[in-house]
Amino acid sequence: MTERTVSIHVPALTRVEGEGALRLRIEDGRIEALALDIFEPPRYFEKFLEGRQHAEVLDIVARVCGICPVAYQMSAAQALEDAFRLDPGPWVRDMRRVFYCGEWLQSHALHIHLLALPDFLGFDSVVAMAAEHPEAVRRGLRLQGLGNDLIRLFGGRSVHPVGACVGGFHDAPTLDEVRTMLARLRAEWPESEALIGWVASLPMPDDEQVFTSVALRHPADYPLAEGRIVSDAGLDIEIADYERHFAEEHRPQSTALFALLDGQPYLTGPLARLNLNLDRLPEATRALLEATGIRFPSRNMFHSLLARAVEIHVALVEAIRLLEAYVRPASPHVAVRPCAGIGFGATEAPRGILWHRYAVDGHGIIRAARLVPPTSQNQARIEADLHRSLLAFGLDQPDEALRLRAETVIRNYDPCISCATHFLDLTVQRQ
Amino acid sequence: MSKPRIAVHKFSSCDGCQLAFLNAGEDLLTLGALVDIRHFLEAGFAEEGAEVDIAFVEGSISTPDEVERIRRVRANSRHLVTLGACATAGGLQALRNLDDSNEDWKQAIYAQPEFIHTLAHAEPVHAHVKVDFELWGCPVNGRQVLAAVRQLLFGVAPLDERDKVCMECKRQHAVCVMVTQGKPCMGPVTRTGCGALCPRFGRDCYACFGPAENANTAALARRLEGLGLPPVDIARRFLFINSQAPAFREEGLRHYPPGFADD
Repeated sequence: MTERTVSIHVPALTRVEGEGALRLRIEDGRIEALALDIFEPPRYFEKFLEGRQHAEVLDIVARVCGICPVAYQMSAAQALEDAFRLDPGPWVRDMRRVFYCGEWLQSHALHIHLLALPDFLGFDSVVAMAAEHPEAVRRGLRLQGLGNDLIRLFGGRSVHPVGACVGGFHDAPTLDEVRTMLARLRAEWPESEALIGWVASLPMPDDEQVFTSVALRHPADYPLAEGRIVSDAGLDIEIADYERHFAEEHRPQSTALFALLDGQPYLTGPLARLNLNLDRLPEATRALLEATGIRFPSRNMFHSLLARAVEIHVALVEAIRLLEAYVRPASPHVAVRPCAGIGFGATEAPRGILWHRYAVDGHGIIRAARLVPPTSQNQARIEADLHRSLLAFGLDQPDEALRLRAETVIRNYDPCISCATHFLDLTVQRQ
Repeated sequence: MSKPRIAVHKFSSCDGCQLAFLNAGEDLLTLGALVDIRHFLEAGFAEEGAEVDIAFVEGSISTPDEVERIRRVRANSRHLVTLGACATAGGLQALRNLDDSNEDWKQAIYAQPEFIHTLAHAEPVHAHVKVDFELWGCPVNGRQVLAAVRQLLFGVAPLDERDKVCMECKRQHAVCVMVTQGKPCMGPVTRTGCGALCPRFGRDCYACFGPAENANTAALARRLEGLGLPPVDIARRFLFINSQAPAFREEGLRHYPPGFADD
């Protein structure tokens, strides 16, 4: 009897935010073991939030993630205002949405062009890709830069912005600044239309699979900074009821916690949002999506890339709509009167639902905090997808092709293992 | 002549400082033409063990594996530059150093804490290896990063901008939020680099760029007391994003007991 054991050590999973490893053992043509290990060194945010003042929270939670600090600030602001029973009013609501559009633009453009596209076009990095696709890369970098500047308009800087506070914003942009931004947003509108068509034309693996989509849903708008939590399996709950349906478990190979919905993996993020909110798309965006000929809701996880391109357009349309009605308010925030209580916040980070809960005392001091980021929610789904996708791809494929397919599947979720990186070591053992 | 080789390494951090490169737009492509990027995982370059001329390091050292890895990075790099508050002063996560909270916090968050391997303290890179140049900020300022790259490529030591946020406020014609509104601004002791963002937004600086040169922290603490801040709030101002920078740590600890969680 002959027995062949192949062990491959691939130095790194590149183009993700974070540190992890994938272990794959194949025996007799079957997957015997498969695990996505996350080694993100824990930084214990939930513990050092305890004892801090409510006014410090937005500056603390931003530091969980350099790619989506606005999401952390908006979930926290919503949760603390819930605890203080504070309504910051329509101007703050609208401008938070614009602020958040900046982050979607920035993060999605970065993911599509710098992290994901090299897989589909056959390059290792955006720097190499730029030599052959200069126009596509420059369009992507412009959209990313525009997103960063939109965050700057309300936050001063795009990484760990300083403009937001519980109750609203510290300051409001001038009419001149808003007019200048509007002109730039309008100028990129055709670019973002072209991006949708171009991404839709890329060759995608045709691989339908079964999964549950979970996203926020709002009575009128495409979900961003508020909504109920819904699924395509009939879930429809207030965000305060999240913990009754979703549980996190800790597994040995991971410093992230695995979130499950009634014990099962689920998907959160752009594809889940689009699948559940097609009827909330702005009219112009819906027409563009229909023109691609690709039908949604989609069961093909690779359509996440197209969903991001679609959401870039949504962000532009929404930012333009809201800024066209811009007025500079007498005060950009409402006064905060701390009271003891528990508050919940959930918003749609670029990568999916970001859920926060805070217990606050009568002096506005945080007594307990819980943060559930999108990547820990998607982790179980990523493993299920890997299992299924590699079987569909064919386990007899060469190790290098298997590795590339596995990395592409993982990147598709835009995992923000954030907060740590060294390697994704892929070890394949064959027997 | 071959192009200078650079690497960007990440340790315990939020990824925000390496965005100084990824958010640089056209400058990122220019940089790609000027230098040979050997290692920068998020950008798609994976050669951890490559010898390089300049290594940029983001993140603090917080696990046993990271201690080993930073030593290898040092051995392979001609110049080592820290990128931001975590690498330079331990960052926000170094708040766990204050009360030696690591073990308690691990037990509180993880069902199976025995699987989590962390050091008791989150430490700056210079606690483990020699650092040639430090870039402060949470996050770093992209302009300062690219300027440092240019200066190093020209073979000169990067300019160290160490004066205070107050100076920047004056240059920007920003109205002083402490004098006019009585806000507990950290600008008088904080290193410039952000462009005096917070005062320009009408809020008090929270010291994300760390201590300025000759920071008179005791005088500022007295002023904060004069504004009506109780000791625990004075401690909160100093013990925040750069709690392990010596000037801030010493002043903060003078006001810290009995700690934040129990006040």
